[in-house]
Amino acid sequence: MTQLIDRRPNAKNKSTVNRQRFLRRYKKQIKRAIADQIGKRSVTDLEKGEKVSIPSKDIKEPTFRHGDGGVKERIYPGNKEFVPGDKIKRPPPGGAGQGGRRASDQGEGEDDFMFEISKDEYLDLLFDDLELPNLKKNQLKKMTKTRSVRAGFTTDGVPANLSIVRSLRSAMARRIALGSEPRRQKKELEEKLAQLEQLEPRPQQEIMDLKKEIEALEERLKKIPFIDTFDLRFNNYAQRPDPTSQAVMFCLMDVSGSMDQATKDMAKRFYILLYLFLTRSYKDVEVVFIRHHTQAKEVDEQEFFYSQETGGTIVSSALKLMDKIIKERYPLDQWNIYAAQASDGDNWNDDSPLCGKLLRQNILPAIRYYAYVEITQREHQSLWHQYERLLSEFDNFAIQQIKEQSDIYPVFREFFRKQAA
Amino acid sequence: MSKKKKKEPISTGSDWTFELIEEYYDAIEKTAAKYELDTYPNQIEIITAEQMLDAYASVGMPIGYNHWSFGKHFISNEQQYRRGRMGLAYEIVINSNPCIAYLMEENTMMMQALVMAHASFGHNSFFKGNYLFRTWTDAEAIIDYLLFAKKYVTDCEQRYGIDEVENLLDSCHALMNYGVDRYKRPYPISMREEKRRQKEREAFLQSQVNELWSTIPKKQRKDLEAARKRFPQEPQENILYFIEKHAPLLEPWQREIIRIVRKIGQYFYPQRQTQVMNEGWACFWHYTLLNDMYDQGLLSDGFMMEFLQSHTNVVYQPDFDSPYFSGINPYALGYAMMQDIKRICENPTDEDKYWFPDFAGSDWLETLNFAMKNFKDESFIAQFLSPNLIREFKLFSILDDDQENTLSVESIHNESGYKHIRHLLSNQYNLSMNEPNIQVFNVDVRGDRSMTLRHTPHNRIPLADTQSEVLKHLHQLWGFAVKLEGIDDDDQPFIIDQMPPNEKDKRKTA
Repeated sequence: MTQLIDRRPNAKNKSTVNRQRFLRRYKKQIKRAIADQIGKRSVTDLEKGEKVSIPSKDIKEPTFRHGDGGVKERIYPGNKEFVPGDKIKRPPPGGAGQGGRRASDQGEGEDDFMFEISKDEYLDLLFDDLELPNLKKNQLKKMTKTRSVRAGFTTDGVPANLSIVRSLRSAMARRIALGSEPRRQKKELEEKLAQLEQLEPRPQQEIMDLKKEIEALEERLKKIPFIDTFDLRFNNYAQRPDPTSQAVMFCLMDVSGSMDQATKDMAKRFYILLYLFLTRSYKDVEVVFIRHHTQAKEVDEQEFFYSQETGGTIVSSALKLMDKIIKERYPLDQWNIYAAQASDGDNWNDDSPLCGKLLRQNILPAIRYYAYVEITQREHQSLWHQYERLLSEFDNFAIQQIKEQSDIYPVFREFFRKQAA
Repeated sequence: MSKKKKKEPISTGSDWTFELIEEYYDAIEKTAAKYELDTYPNQIEIITAEQMLDAYASVGMPIGYNHWSFGKHFISNEQQYRRGRMGLAYEIVINSNPCIAYLMEENTMMMQALVMAHASFGHNSFFKGNYLFRTWTDAEAIIDYLLFAKKYVTDCEQRYGIDEVENLLDSCHALMNYGVDRYKRPYPISMREEKRRQKEREAFLQSQVNELWSTIPKKQRKDLEAARKRFPQEPQENILYFIEKHAPLLEPWQREIIRIVRKIGQYFYPQRQTQVMNEGWACFWHYTLLNDMYDQGLLSDGFMMEFLQSHTNVVYQPDFDSPYFSGINPYALGYAMMQDIKRICENPTDEDKYWFPDFAGSDWLETLNFAMKNFKDESFIAQFLSPNLIREFKLFSILDDDQENTLSVESIHNESGYKHIRHLLSNQYNLSMNEPNIQVFNVDVRGDRSMTLRHTPHNRIPLADTQSEVLKHLHQLWGFAVKLEGIDDDDQPFIIDQMPPNEKDKRKTA
């Protein structure tokens, strides 16, 4: 009378769609919450999901309900000392105490609605409406690699590509098709034969003839070959151009004495955002760290962010090194190159024009995108003004200023805002 | 006890296996047969905690259409569960034929047996026996109907866009509690019927609506005017039904979706009206069945200890001043009342004989069955709550009159208080008193097509401030202005709120 079913192997995420609907509906609020939090997040946990809280009054589902007031008489359990006629002071509205039930029924709590979103959902929202600039235009130029993809079946090819299932299927189809007429005739003759054999006396001659005819048909059926070259099918492959899916990101940073740890931290956040963003578009993203004061050096991440150097600042040294590394290790037809430069704006005055020239002639034509962030509260320095001039010439170049931590995310969004097509 | 005491218990460990579950099920079934429990066939499904959370979010419906609010519930349950603030229910049971009960894989063997006794026999027999479920829901067809509803909503989403459908569902959900026929008996619903009739209905409905709103003058217009002095002629409590049938601007598919929400609300209506009874009945039977099995020697002592512990947790009633208090626990009240009825039948005191002359000393099984079949919470309490239980729970009533400075204790568990307490507690489970009484009062058919709702307050209790949000939804469904009237102390109607609101200002200046 009972049926015992093990449902555990069933998909457990029946609510996924509803959850997505919820996120979709409150995207605006959730995005606001994320933008508020990005500044507070510690540098290392950008890979994790995020706790989001949105005001619960925004997500209420209204219904007609009784409000406070009027005459209400309710039953409570566990009387200890009350006798009829006792007067009790009215508890403050919304308080707990004896109004426990009321509080839960009418749920006027103004607590925020807190929940967690996964890393993917977080990134989706974080980078929602952002795109890598100029990606389409550049991709066309860059399709140098190709990839084999399945493209149906053909009737000839090399034995290694033989598709056994398809071949046998068409063999069977052919056997059915070729055999159908003789089989039908044979069946008719057999019926006739059976009729004749019923007759008294038996028409021996006719029966003999019929038997011969049937034999001939059987012979014909036997001769239909099991498989024919005509049946063979081969897997077909086509070559499809494959856009390169690898990218390299150059992080350039000034580590001269004027850059303090707080400034570097801001730069780091910016780099991490950029890194995460690139990983969404490219399968492999390599990162090259170049730090510089008067000289540039390629370093590992630890040294990049945490070692302190003193001295003046010559930005062009870093640009030269970057150019050199690109030429040595990252052929343009295989790599999508991005660069982000962070600095407090200081540069040796005579060096700035050189930087502009390097960018204009060597770097900007070769790479996808170059973002420069100036992390300073002061007036712009010569480097900024030099870079400003490049803006009109190159659309893969952008500069922004970050004054404090909360600017990072807005500035990042500014860089990669989806341009109207 | 019985001579079978020597029997080996079915199992002694806490781990369950499919074989053991079947063995226990058979034993429970045999025991239940002794008490003549009449049930639908059972279907028992083992699920994981995640799947239980899924089931929660869709209020236990195995199949539901997609809507963000279910996602919201899912997320908040999941959060609470993860933070350890909430244990999951051990079981969910669906009023369908076969009756589907979910067992969680995390449960111990004892728990699985308890849940089977509770859900597959307790709740199941209640679904099959109680008059509300018998008349209001069609266990045979509900799964089919949910399937139809889900598919229909999905189709609409594809045709008209997710946003459009979502807005409509939002509006319907806001009025879901006003989509129930409280007194009329609904037709049973079945998938084939629905599909066949849905097409017809679309066309017919639209023509009906057109008829009502037709502005083409007719010869007998005078008579019609008189007949239509008021529309609707009687105030309508089923607001969603009224909109489905009469809103002028809705598309046929929109009417169908309103109908779906209404039907599902209707399906859950009996559950909301029989919580105390349903849970009490199920608790009573898991307790009775498992104890009987223990007496047969089928259950080990360890099993019983574990069982009694969770049983007492479930039927525990914290006092009003306890930090755990959150209202009267329906499990506790229901279970205590069922046991009390049994006691009154078996060992009536003089007091019981005075209060319950018609069943004190009668056959307890028969009396319990009668109670289960023919009552809902409200009437069950009014009929069966005994002075003995009022004393046991130490019930008392508090009067909160906003015109007084203090609250006052009206009745306690003494001779003069029993009747009053029983009456109040019964009212507390009267759904129509827990929800504001709002009905469709008038539609200005020949004028601006505005709809007027009337709120009839009970004990001067006003509406909560959510009313204008709900009116927005109502306005969206109706398509024209919507007014909400109240009645003041002199029985004169006055306008509480209306949508769109600017009209109110206009009127003030006029």
